[in-house]
Amino acid sequence: MDLWFSEFHTPDVQHSIRVNRHLYSGKSDYQQIDVFETPEFGRVLTLDGNVMLTERDEFIYDEMITHVPMAVHPNARDILVIGAGDGGVVRELTRYEQIRRIDLVEMDPQVIEVCRTYLPENASRLDDGRVNIRYQNALRFIRRCSGEYDLIIVDSTDPFGPSAGLFTREFYASCCNALKSDGIMVNQQGSPFYRQDADAMQRSHKRIVSTFPISRVYQAHIPTYAAGYWLFGFASKQYHPIDDLNAEKWLALGLKTKYYTTRLHVGSFYLPAFLEEILEEVEHE
Amino acid sequence: MERLQDQHRAPIYEALERFRQMRVVPFDVPGHKHGRGNPELTAFLGERCMGVDVNSMKPLDNLCHPVSVIRQAEELAADAFGAAHAFLMVGGTTGSVQSMVLAACKRGDEIILPRNVHRSVINALVLCGAVPVYVNPEVDQKLGISLGMCREQVKRAIREHPRAVAVLVNNPTYYGVCSDLRAIVKMAHEAGMLCLADEAHGTHFYFGEHLPVSAMAAGADMSAVSMHKSGGSLTQSSLLLTGPDMPAGHVRQIINLTQTTSASYLLMSSLDISRRNLALRGRTVFRRVMEMADYAREEINAIGGYNAFGKELTNGDSVFDFDATKLSVHTRDVGLAGIEVYDILRDEYDIQIEFGDIGNILAYLSMGDRPQELERLVSALADIRRRYQKDSSGLLRQEYIPPDVVTSPQVAFYADKKSIPLAESAGQVGCEFVMCYPPGIPILAPGERITPQILSYIEYAREKGCSLTGPEDPEIRHINVMTGGVL
Repeated sequence: MDLWFSEFHTPDVQHSIRVNRHLYSGKSDYQQIDVFETPEFGRVLTLDGNVMLTERDEFIYDEMITHVPMAVHPNARDILVIGAGDGGVVRELTRYEQIRRIDLVEMDPQVIEVCRTYLPENASRLDDGRVNIRYQNALRFIRRCSGEYDLIIVDSTDPFGPSAGLFTREFYASCCNALKSDGIMVNQQGSPFYRQDADAMQRSHKRIVSTFPISRVYQAHIPTYAAGYWLFGFASKQYHPIDDLNAEKWLALGLKTKYYTTRLHVGSFYLPAFLEEILEEVEHE
Repeated sequence: MERLQDQHRAPIYEALERFRQMRVVPFDVPGHKHGRGNPELTAFLGERCMGVDVNSMKPLDNLCHPVSVIRQAEELAADAFGAAHAFLMVGGTTGSVQSMVLAACKRGDEIILPRNVHRSVINALVLCGAVPVYVNPEVDQKLGISLGMCREQVKRAIREHPRAVAVLVNNPTYYGVCSDLRAIVKMAHEAGMLCLADEAHGTHFYFGEHLPVSAMAAGADMSAVSMHKSGGSLTQSSLLLTGPDMPAGHVRQIINLTQTTSASYLLMSSLDISRRNLALRGRTVFRRVMEMADYAREEINAIGGYNAFGKELTNGDSVFDFDATKLSVHTRDVGLAGIEVYDILRDEYDIQIEFGDIGNILAYLSMGDRPQELERLVSALADIRRRYQKDSSGLLRQEYIPPDVVTSPQVAFYADKKSIPLAESAGQVGCEFVMCYPPGIPILAPGERITPQILSYIEYAREKGCSLTGPEDPEIRHINVMTGGVL
C-alpha cells in the first residue's frame, strides 16, 4: 500500500509525507484533527489538514519560540501561552525553575486530549503544578487581563483558519495591555516565502509594529512548514532582543537544547534582503 | 398549477435544477449564453452562477405574470409569512416600499408616517404625489435616537387628518425599536385607513421567539420585507406581503409599473431557498443570533464607557418592543461619535460595521455570524476605548429636528428651482433630500423649510465624517431650493 499525506503550501505547491498508519481522525467543534505515523517524521499532528507538528522537527519550533524570549527577559515568572495545545512550548517552559505560573489558553479541548494520547512526549509536562489550562477563546480571555504577564507566547495555527483572531490588531493590543511594563510577546509569524503567506505576515507585522515600541522578526528552518522557512515575531515594551540578551546567565542554567544556542539567537535576527524589504515597507508607514 | 403546502419545497430552485439538466440551447437573452460569451465574468462568478442567469421562459415562469413555479414560490412564501399574498421583488426593498405606497395612495392623498422613515418612502411620495403627515417620533435624549410613534400621537394625527388613506409604521427602526403595531393597526382600520409596515429590518420577526410582533400577525395590510437583510437572500431581493383585504391583482399591476420585466433568477431563487431555510430552521437560527447579541451586549457593557442597549429601553409606548438581535452601541461617553468609531473599526481593525451616526454604532448580526468574530469586535471596542477615550463634552447631542413641511415632496421636487450655497439656504424651501447614508433617514426632505438648526446639524455630520447624500451637487455644498411661491 502506498499511502501519502499531502498538504498544499500554495494552490500550486504540494508537500507530501509517506504515511504508515492513520492513528487518529476526529472532528472537534472547531476543526478536523488527525494524527499520522510516518517513517520520516514520526508522528504528525494536523489540524484542518495543515501540519502543526511532527515528532522529528517540533524541537526547532518549540525551542525557538521559548528560549529566545526567556534568554532576554531577566526574570520571567508569569507566562501566558496561547494555543499550543500539543504541550511542546509548555514542556520547554517548565524547564525553567524561576517560572511560577504558566497559563495555557487553548480553545479546543479535543486537541489537548488527542496530544495527551498520541503525542505523550510533547504533552508530558501539561500536568506540571504551575500549569493552568483554560479552555477559552483567547481574545475573550486576554481582554480581561491587565499588567499580569512577563511573557506571552502566541502559538497559533495559520491566519486563515480558526486562529484568524490571533493575527489582529485588537488581539496584539490586548496582549500589550496584559503584559507588565517590561513584558515580551513572541508569536509565530508564518512563512515569508510564498506570496499569500508573505502578505499575511506583513499585515500582522504592521499591526504589531503599531502596537509595541520594539518589534523584531527572527527566523528558523523548519522542514515540514511551508517553504521550510519560518518566522517568529519578538515584540517588547522594554527589552531589545539582541542588546538585552544575557547569554552568560542563560548558559549558566545548563539547559540542553537541540536547535537553540545563544549564538544562533543573535544570528536568527539577521534577515535576508527580500524579507527586510517586506518588513520595512510597513515599518515606515 | 397545484398549490404546494410543503415548506421543504423550493419550486424556482427545483425548476432551475431541471432546466440545467435539460441543456437547452439558448437563442434568447441574456447574451452571455450561460457565461460562454463572457469568460472573464464567468471566471469571476463561476459557471454554476452564470448557467442559471437566464430569462423568463415557460418552464421557469415569469415574474410579471406568474402562473407556475414563481406563483408556487409566492404561495409558499405567503404561507411561511402568514400573509394572504407574497410578491417576490427584485428591485430591493426600495421597490417593495414604493409599490406598497403606490398601491395605497395617489396624488393628493394624505399618508401618516413617522419622520424617521427610509428615503424610499418619501421617494414614493415624489412619484405618486401623496402628501406626508408626519408624526414626530419620540427621541431618547440620552442615546439621541428616534424611537417609535406614541399611540396618542398617532391617534391625534388620525383625528386631525381623517381623510388620510394610510398609516405607515417602521417595524422596527434601524436600531430595533418597535411601535405598538397592533394598536396602530386597530386605530387605522377603525378610521378606514390602511396600515403599512416597513419591515426592512424585521424579516426575522416572522420566524423567531421573543421577538416583536410581525406586521402580518398584527393585522397590517401590507409589508415590505428585506429578505436580503436578516433573511439571508441575495442583495436586492425582497418581499412585498399583503393581507386579506388587499386586491392582489391591483398590487401586481402597481408593481409592474416600476419593476423590471427581466427579473433575475439568481435573486428569485435566492428568495425561494432562503424562504425554505427560514421556514424550516428559522427559529433555531434566530435563537442563536439572539444569544450572540445578548452575549456581545454583556461583554461590551463590561468594557465601560459604551452602552450596548437592548430591551431595557421598552416603555410600553414609543418603545413598545425592542428587537434584541440588533447590536446597537452608544459611544458618546467614550468621547467618540459613532461615525468615528465606525471609521476606526474599518481603518485600523479591518472590521466593517453597518453604520455609525452621531452617537451610536450598529453592528449587524445575522445567521452568518460566529462567536470568534464577535470576540474580535468586542476586543477592538475595548482597545479603541483604551486608545481614544476622551471627554465627551464637545460632542453634539443628536437631536430630532421636527420638519416644517411647506409642500408635498412631489410639488417641491418638480418645482421651479435654483441652486444656492447650502450655507446660505436658511429660510428657503428645499427641493432635495439631505441625509447621511446609511441609515438613509432624511435630515431634510423635498418640500421642507431649511432652518439654521438643520444646517448646523448637517455641517457637524460632515465634519465627523458621515457620508452625506441626496442633492444633485456631489459635494453637498449647494442645494436646490424653490423659486416660485407655494400654492
